[in-house]
Amino acid sequence: MLKNFWTFLKSPSSAAMWLILAIGFAGGVIFWGGFNTALEVTNTEEFCIGCHEMQDNVYQEYKETIHYANRSGVRATCPDCHVPKKWTDKIVRKIAASKEVWGALTGLIDTREEFVDHRRSMAEREWKRMKDNDSLECRNCHNFEYMDFTEQGNRSVKMHSDALASGEKTCIDCHKGIAHELPDMKGVENW
Amino acid sequence: MRILPIIIIILGTFLASSSLAEEVNPGGLATIRGAATLDETKKPEALKRVPKDRSPIKRNYVHQPPVVPHQTRGYRVDLNSNKCLNCHSWKYARETGATKISLTHFETRDGKTLSDVSPRRYFCLQCHVTQADAAPLVENTFKPVDSLNNE
Repeated sequence: MLKNFWTFLKSPSSAAMWLILAIGFAGGVIFWGGFNTALEVTNTEEFCIGCHEMQDNVYQEYKETIHYANRSGVRATCPDCHVPKKWTDKIVRKIAASKEVWGALTGLIDTREEFVDHRRSMAEREWKRMKDNDSLECRNCHNFEYMDFTEQGNRSVKMHSDALASGEKTCIDCHKGIAHELPDMKGVENW
Repeated sequence: MRILPIIIIILGTFLASSSLAEEVNPGGLATIRGAATLDETKKPEALKRVPKDRSPIKRNYVHQPPVVPHQTRGYRVDLNSNKCLNCHSWKYARETGATKISLTHFETRDGKTLSDVSPRRYFCLQCHVTQADAAPLVENTFKPVDSLNNE
């Protein structure tokens, strides 16, 4: 019987070419669609705060900030700031995030104390990522080209028309700790 | 003997209801925020709007802590960071155009000078108050001292 199966696998199929192609095409669509659907599920706020590490720490802090609640009701959820929009960049980020899955499985951050201990290193990683991509996630919504300086405060105009316009600084250089509390800032540039 | 528990229950109910009916002093002192009694919750006043940003506000008397002429919402001042000193410290004041903090803030209560802001002067908003667009609650005849009137 095993031998028969092996011969079946080895011998050219009698099925028509178009049938095999159709099966392959349908399978591809289902796989690809399923993959992207699963990817999008991991890209939601509900998924992010499904882990107690996020729910109990960063999410609670974020709830007090302007990106959670504001006058117009426009929100930026976790993936808006922490996951790139472009597909290739998104995949790279998702693969890098598998390290965080390992952290969750091994219980790296089980308590508030452990979270606070790790806050500086985690924050630095995020600052570096945003510095390297020129604050891409901020700029997905906050486009410098369309900033109306007449609507900004004097202090904002000064900084934005000077350091930001010249490209000398990027958003994250000044806007740290806008959605989460800051770690101990000793030794951080400009703090 | 069967009647005793019934009497106790009736008496108890009567006592309980009479003590409930006793008038509770609801308070009711009138202040400049209006009168409110203990048993009612007053509707809070609408939050005052803080102007986004304006020029420094001149002082009214000698040693008055300058008031804050801009929004400070979300500016954290705690053990980990001090958002005010991000601009107002001597290190960054020139770059940001902010008012430098006074050197008196480097002194301990014994008058010893430290190399950085003294812990007792660290919590800026204790003295430097963010200004809202609010009318005075009571009439006031105070006049700012003339010697500081330079702006």
